[in-house]
Amino acid sequence: MHGRLARRLVGSTMTGLTYGAAALAILPLAVILAMLLVKGTGSIDWNFFTKAAVPFGEKGGGFSHAIVGTLIVVGLACAVGVPIGVATGIFLAEFGGGRLGFTVRFVADVLNGVPSIVIGIFAWTWLVKPMGHFSALAGGCALGMILVPILARTTEEMVRLVPNSLREAALALGYPRWRTSLVVVVRTAAAGIVTGCLVAVARVAGETAPLLFTALGNQYFSTRLAGPMAALPLQIYVYALGPYDEWHRQAWAGALVLIVLVLALSLFARAVIRAKRQHA
Amino acid sequence: MTDVAATALEPEAGPRLTAEERWRALRTVSRGDVIYRSVLTILALLLPLLLVLIAAELVVNAMPALSKFGLGFLTRSTWDPVQGEFGALPLIFGTLYSSLVALVIAVPLALACAVFLTEFAPRWLRTPVGTLIELLAAVPSVIYGLWGIFVLIPLLRDHLWPVARHVLGWIPVFGGVFYGPSVLAAGVILSIMILPYIAAVSREVLLAVPPSQREAGLALGGTRWETVWRVILPYGRAGIIGAVILGLGRALGETMAVTMVIGNRHEVSASLLQPGYTIAAAIANEFAEAVSDVHLSALFLAGAVLFLITIVVNALARVLVWRVARGSAVGSTAV
Repeated sequence: MHGRLARRLVGSTMTGLTYGAAALAILPLAVILAMLLVKGTGSIDWNFFTKAAVPFGEKGGGFSHAIVGTLIVVGLACAVGVPIGVATGIFLAEFGGGRLGFTVRFVADVLNGVPSIVIGIFAWTWLVKPMGHFSALAGGCALGMILVPILARTTEEMVRLVPNSLREAALALGYPRWRTSLVVVVRTAAAGIVTGCLVAVARVAGETAPLLFTALGNQYFSTRLAGPMAALPLQIYVYALGPYDEWHRQAWAGALVLIVLVLALSLFARAVIRAKRQHA
Repeated sequence: MTDVAATALEPEAGPRLTAEERWRALRTVSRGDVIYRSVLTILALLLPLLLVLIAAELVVNAMPALSKFGLGFLTRSTWDPVQGEFGALPLIFGTLYSSLVALVIAVPLALACAVFLTEFAPRWLRTPVGTLIELLAAVPSVIYGLWGIFVLIPLLRDHLWPVARHVLGWIPVFGGVFYGPSVLAAGVILSIMILPYIAAVSREVLLAVPPSQREAGLALGGTRWETVWRVILPYGRAGIIGAVILGLGRALGETMAVTMVIGNRHEVSASLLQPGYTIAAAIANEFAEAVSDVHLSALFLAGAVLFLITIVVNALARVLVWRVARGSAVGSTAV
């Protein structure tokens, strides 16, 4: 009986420890969100969204240039990355059975693990060096390259969820394969693909490293694609490392805006994807 | 319309065809199919092409430094942009050391989370807790860095270390004066950042363990914990190792948060409390203002080393995870 008691004791202790581990894992998220709210909300006012940065010492600077910059750079990234990523995903789901499919899938997973800073220096050699100057365009392309492998895998997963009976029904009605694929299969998976895009966009919107030597950052409001452009994560980085309390305050506010943007996108997408999986 | 079925089943064509010809006609692919497949294939080929181009570009740009410093680049500690002497040992050491610290902290926690989410948690708790853990991965790196500078480092330096020093101070890895920015701070931040990846992939691996294994363990009289420890975890071992290596890959390449808290000093120090440097952090800090061509090339060479390490690590992780859940996108949803 003693042995049995000891075993049960070990069992409940370890079970309790896993509860503790889960709580401990979530703790940083709670602490970070709380700190952002505490330190960030005080600095968010109308100026924050409407004004660009001002030289230190002047009052009333904001993050409008960085917010607009992030929207533009991420928009460019989508223009580059979404078509290629989604097409790759459809390829993997529809024709990905062979050796080529295996290779592409493997490369997608490997590229997914390549540090974003490496993508950044690659974009520099291809876009910044030949053009001779930093540009939002290069930043968008760098982020687009990060989007592609993520999208390829999520799109593949979503297209695979479409029941085969739908495909068979379309073929039986005399549709050629390409129309079956596009009109029936991909359209059925469209909601899932779009939410996959949202998750991926949420991820690249917070990327800083690939923008360091592509978009570079900018203290002024700029919408010129061929020139340096500010972005929220870049501005947070610069302000966090800066020497002034005023900058630190604004960095927290910027971080709050960024995390609200990112978490809203990914939570929304997660809810939709989860609903999709349960239906499939 | 060049429909497969329509052309094959033309009433007047039917009687004149033998069975074999009819089959061949049925298998005929319309021109649209060929175009559709070709376009998708070409777009899908861009991905492998991108990988090759990145590798080529890194090698080409790293060549001047490689031919000047040779393999000594990996073993020397001088990093002197003024004299043009570069050795990446501190960078490589710092990259591996901070990632190791992160693994030591994150792996037990992440595995416990995965076990909790698949075995012990009440059903209603699994989805919300799983989502919260995954959200850790959605927090941008720069925000972890910001939090590290203004919250974690002061916490470690002013509150935890003065207490822990009496217990741990004699251990060599906790030597020297603790100013804040350090390998320890970087390791702690990294552990928070990679935990969701390890937990998510391990969770999917554990979910892929056949229920019969679990039932057999319980039927032999094991407690639930013994079933987990002796049956389920060993069954998923390959996949769990894959998940850990995947986490390692993330930690090795993480840039912003590490740059902000590690202290950025080109020095090899065994003490966790001293500043260090990583390859990614050095590129982030020095690339845009590299003073000479050889400096730039040295950074490319360091980048190539990092690229090579992460490629190997990720390929290995993928193979291990795929062995458990073949070809499915396990872990991709953890993005």
